Amino acid sequence: MTAPDPQTAPRQAPEAPPPPIAMLAELTHRCPLSCPYCSNPLELTARSAELSAEEWADAFRQAAALGVLQLHLSGGEPASRRDLEQIVAAAVEAELYTNLITSGVGLTPRRLEALDEIGLDHVQLSLQGVEAGPADQIGGYRGGFARKMEVAREIARIGFPLTINAVMHRRNLDRLEETIELALRLGARRLEVACVQFHGWAMRSRAALLPTREQALRARDVVAEARERLRGVMVIDFVPPDYYAEFPKACMGGWGSTGLNVAPDGRVLPCHAAETIPGLSFDNLRRRPLAEIWLRSEAFAAFRGFDWMEEPCASCERKTRDFGGCRCQAQAMTGRASATDPTCSRSPDRAALDAALREAAEAGAEAPLVPRAPAPG
Amino acid sequence: MSAPGPARNRAPAPPAPIDPAARPALPRGVRVRWDAVRQGWVLLAPERALRLDQIGVAILERADGARSFADIVADLAAAYDAPPERIAADAGRFLSALAARRMIELRP
Repeated sequence: MTAPDPQTAPRQAPEAPPPPIAMLAELTHRCPLSCPYCSNPLELTARSAELSAEEWADAFRQAAALGVLQLHLSGGEPASRRDLEQIVAAAVEAELYTNLITSGVGLTPRRLEALDEIGLDHVQLSLQGVEAGPADQIGGYRGGFARKMEVAREIARIGFPLTINAVMHRRNLDRLEETIELALRLGARRLEVACVQFHGWAMRSRAALLPTREQALRARDVVAEARERLRGVMVIDFVPPDYYAEFPKACMGGWGSTGLNVAPDGRVLPCHAAETIPGLSFDNLRRRPLAEIWLRSEAFAAFRGFDWMEEPCASCERKTRDFGGCRCQAQAMTGRASATDPTCSRSPDRAALDAALREAAEAGAEAPLVPRAPAPG
Repeated sequence: MSAPGPARNRAPAPPAPIDPAARPALPRGVRVRWDAVRQGWVLLAPERALRLDQIGVAILERADGARSFADIVADLAAAYDAPPERIAADAGRFLSALAARRMIELRP
């Protein structure tokens, strides 16, 4: 046994971050839908650059060894990958709790049965609206809603635990009660009422998608009432429209502290929108082990802890609770990723947020939406 | 410990009494697992990972859908040499909080 050589021994950060709990694996950026609030980056990964099933299997083994417990298979539409079954099998093999995040398009009864046999733990099905007309208009895919209803019935028949992820915005927030009823009817154990977050592609339609203050307040009350009424029947998680909040959301539970995101080409990101922040460089699984990326990657270190904070965050008593809010939102609205999230009532950049609210108010309910452009072949 | 994702802003459920005849069981998609990295037991459920203490593990390994809540309480009271009333109160609070989050089923 010899003492480690200080010249070659890997340098440990002064305070090593705890192991990550969750990993979001974006299997592909291909998607049959073209939702205007798409959360994928502006520059989508081409199919030819996607990780193979074997590379994902290796990533899952590394993630499990690092301490990841929950794996979210996402996209794009993960069912667009013909080898999804092989990828899920690798996740199950790595003993990760495996969640499939899908629009349902591309999931046939036969594929769902196969995923059941392989051992998929949970399905999260997105919902664009409560009826075909408006839902298919938002998703940009005719027949998508009907297809989704069939998939939901199939999921219930097989017995997968189901979460409905209802993406809410100005055009459908008034139908929140019907959304909750539909989720119940589909047999969902959980419902996420997820109001659109604005960065990346969604910024282009912000004026059209931003709910009104009245809608935001009403949604809060509807959720509170439904939670009370449905206790023990369906769990409702609520991501409110944060432009009307007093304090920002605790995005990611703190940058680089609980989760990581792997892009289709193997780049490892602290959050799915991190590419909107200029100057961050991301390590790739193809070239660096996941544990090393988690512990030492420059992008993960950038906003970890509290040293990066500007005022008023730096001296704020809430910083250990909300971590200064969302870095990508700060970037999108102030041009500085280290700024206080402008949705915070203490932010000096509230003018940017007020301007967005004014713009939305002036735009009116029929402001145009910009459908997502597809991933390159 | 909880997975990142939507805001965890649910109000805590007030403890509801559990029918002694009810048979608690983990529903599909909820399971207990040893976490070798953190050296502890965890309860895994959709979008959630909860660290379990020794008592939590003892309760959940008896929640097999066959034993009634009364059986579980009697068994734990014997195993831990503790007063059954206290076990019933603690286990009842634990299980009803999980039931409110749909992480346990109370079968009739």
